[in-house]
Amino acid sequence: MASTAAVSSKARASSTEASLTPTRAFVPDPYLDLATYAAAADLLTLSLGPQHPSTHGVFRVVLYLDGELIVKAVPHVGYLHRGVEKLCEKLSYSNVTPILDKNDYVAPMCNEQAANMVFEQLLGVEVPLRAKFVRTLLAELQRIASHLLWLGTFAMDLGGALGGGTSVFMYCFRERELILDLFEELTGCRFHYNTHCIGGNRHDIPAGYPALVHQSLDLIEARLLEYLGMLEHPIFRDRTRGVGTVDAELALELGLTGPLLRASGIDHDLRRDAPYHVYDLLDVNVICDDGGDCYARYKVRLQEIAESIRLSRLLIDNLPAGPICSTKPLSGVTQFKITSGQAYVAIESPRGELGTWLIAGGKGMNPYRMKLRPPSLHALAAVPYLFPRHTLSDAVAILGSLDPIMGEADR
Amino acid sequence: MSKQVLDRLVGQFHERILKTESFRGDDEALVAPADWLAVARFLRDDSACAMDHFIDLTAVDYPERSEPRFDVLLFVRSLGKKHRIRLKTRVRDGEELDTLVNVWAGANWTEREVYDMFGVRFRSHPDLRRILLYEEFVGYPLRKDYPINKTQPLVAYRDVPPAKLAPFGDDEGNPFGRIDWLARMSGRNLQVSPAIGVQQGQRPALSVSPEDLASAPQAAKPPTAAAVPLAPAALKD
Repeated sequence: MASTAAVSSKARASSTEASLTPTRAFVPDPYLDLATYAAAADLLTLSLGPQHPSTHGVFRVVLYLDGELIVKAVPHVGYLHRGVEKLCEKLSYSNVTPILDKNDYVAPMCNEQAANMVFEQLLGVEVPLRAKFVRTLLAELQRIASHLLWLGTFAMDLGGALGGGTSVFMYCFRERELILDLFEELTGCRFHYNTHCIGGNRHDIPAGYPALVHQSLDLIEARLLEYLGMLEHPIFRDRTRGVGTVDAELALELGLTGPLLRASGIDHDLRRDAPYHVYDLLDVNVICDDGGDCYARYKVRLQEIAESIRLSRLLIDNLPAGPICSTKPLSGVTQFKITSGQAYVAIESPRGELGTWLIAGGKGMNPYRMKLRPPSLHALAAVPYLFPRHTLSDAVAILGSLDPIMGEADR
Repeated sequence: MSKQVLDRLVGQFHERILKTESFRGDDEALVAPADWLAVARFLRDDSACAMDHFIDLTAVDYPERSEPRFDVLLFVRSLGKKHRIRLKTRVRDGEELDTLVNVWAGANWTEREVYDMFGVRFRSHPDLRRILLYEEFVGYPLRKDYPINKTQPLVAYRDVPPAKLAPFGDDEGNPFGRIDWLARMSGRNLQVSPAIGVQQGQRPALSVSPEDLASAPQAAKPPTAAAVPLAPAALKD
């Protein structure tokens, strides 16, 4: 749909990347010198964002347009920078968790889990089996909620093509609400749960909870088919197929993870390849697609919802009895002391590899250095490679398909 | 698991690998800044290492250590071989390090972040600017000597005397929009938010089994209108 020989040949000629072999599919040059562009004088500079609804938060990208075609895209991030890593260096270990909830505000459960897992690894604290089951269940439910939010906003980005724009958005939010109700039932909060602690979870699954989970999952599963009915039509496919294609080599080199990587045909999922929690007991189907375009990413995420529904049912049906936490309830903020060592823990958040790297040191009361590896930041780094040779309307679709959360990208 | 990578590196570079370390599944190799690019290239191109997946690049500040002050670390993974390694080097304040952008394109933004937060510069980086902070920012915030409560607002903060808000009504602290409308129309102002409902005794908790409810019916009975505070008059209309 969007390709012109003029732009692509020009960009290819000026590409100086040593690693880009000529046999590879066309990869735009992110450092294109606009002065060398043939129609440089006629280029229109357009600043998209930071407060545009299609930028999913406060993300700004400066586009250089030749007519309606993007020649070069220069992204700007950092509008939501809060200095979380610096803040972690001043907080005690048990106080870090609620701060990290606000990082990826669409999937806070995963942030909590990553942080607490790295603390547990350094402390050598064992997590009871029941807590591991509960953590896995919460992560899978969170994946459903996060992907539903993505689907809704993605459909809204494509707007006019879907007969009114906000209808799919509203339906997805209705179903996401079911998951949030489940979380509220368990933890008392709709977001920012702070339910994970070092050594387990704070809130145990009550007796009547499995029935509620099944009820909600049945409803969501039935309605997934309705989304397909709303989305699978020629206009939607035309606007997503062949748009924003990432080949496997570029995806790996850029550090893309999660659904973005799997949609580029790379069979990699930390839940299966480096299992944590109880994923080694589960048989996770890793969903891949060879397309590498927006349509492939949409298909992968939609099938991941179905897969997460299947896993959640398994988990809630086979929940073992036992304690939920192996440490005593918190008696003071400086209960845990880690004086030395470092560890890197990566989990598969809905957006990809969420890494937490911790160096302990000093008096041991707070992290010496805590590095978060947000999948969204690396996804946004692909923007200069994805936007060129597409039209402005395609750019909105591509950005939506990357599913960036600025809270975690900017930290 | 990734011990083989460390052995391979030592076999290739001998004494240029200054130190190797394995701790709880993480393997680390220390190299001199001059060897940074060469070892990184080897990690990607060697068929036994095959580190094709870029994960992260970051730095740590150790001001109390005698020079060099900063640790710069690279995290890479091989999807085919299923191993992961951390490559580390130490640079002095003001010393330049070779960029890895030509090895893994993903290093572009992470190197910009290291420059932004620590002030470590990268030689022949195509676009070395601040990434998360603004151009006017002075200093490098993740250095240990940068005060945590220091702010550098681009527009000065307004000097407004602290205003005390008037107290809210009876419904202060109640979650709006989650009202049981049928109950409200019958004269009771019930919250359906599950956690708050349990807290206020408006509904039984899920942990109470149905059998318990049957044997103690008063626990399951919804509170009478008299027991629950009525809705404010304005809301009743």
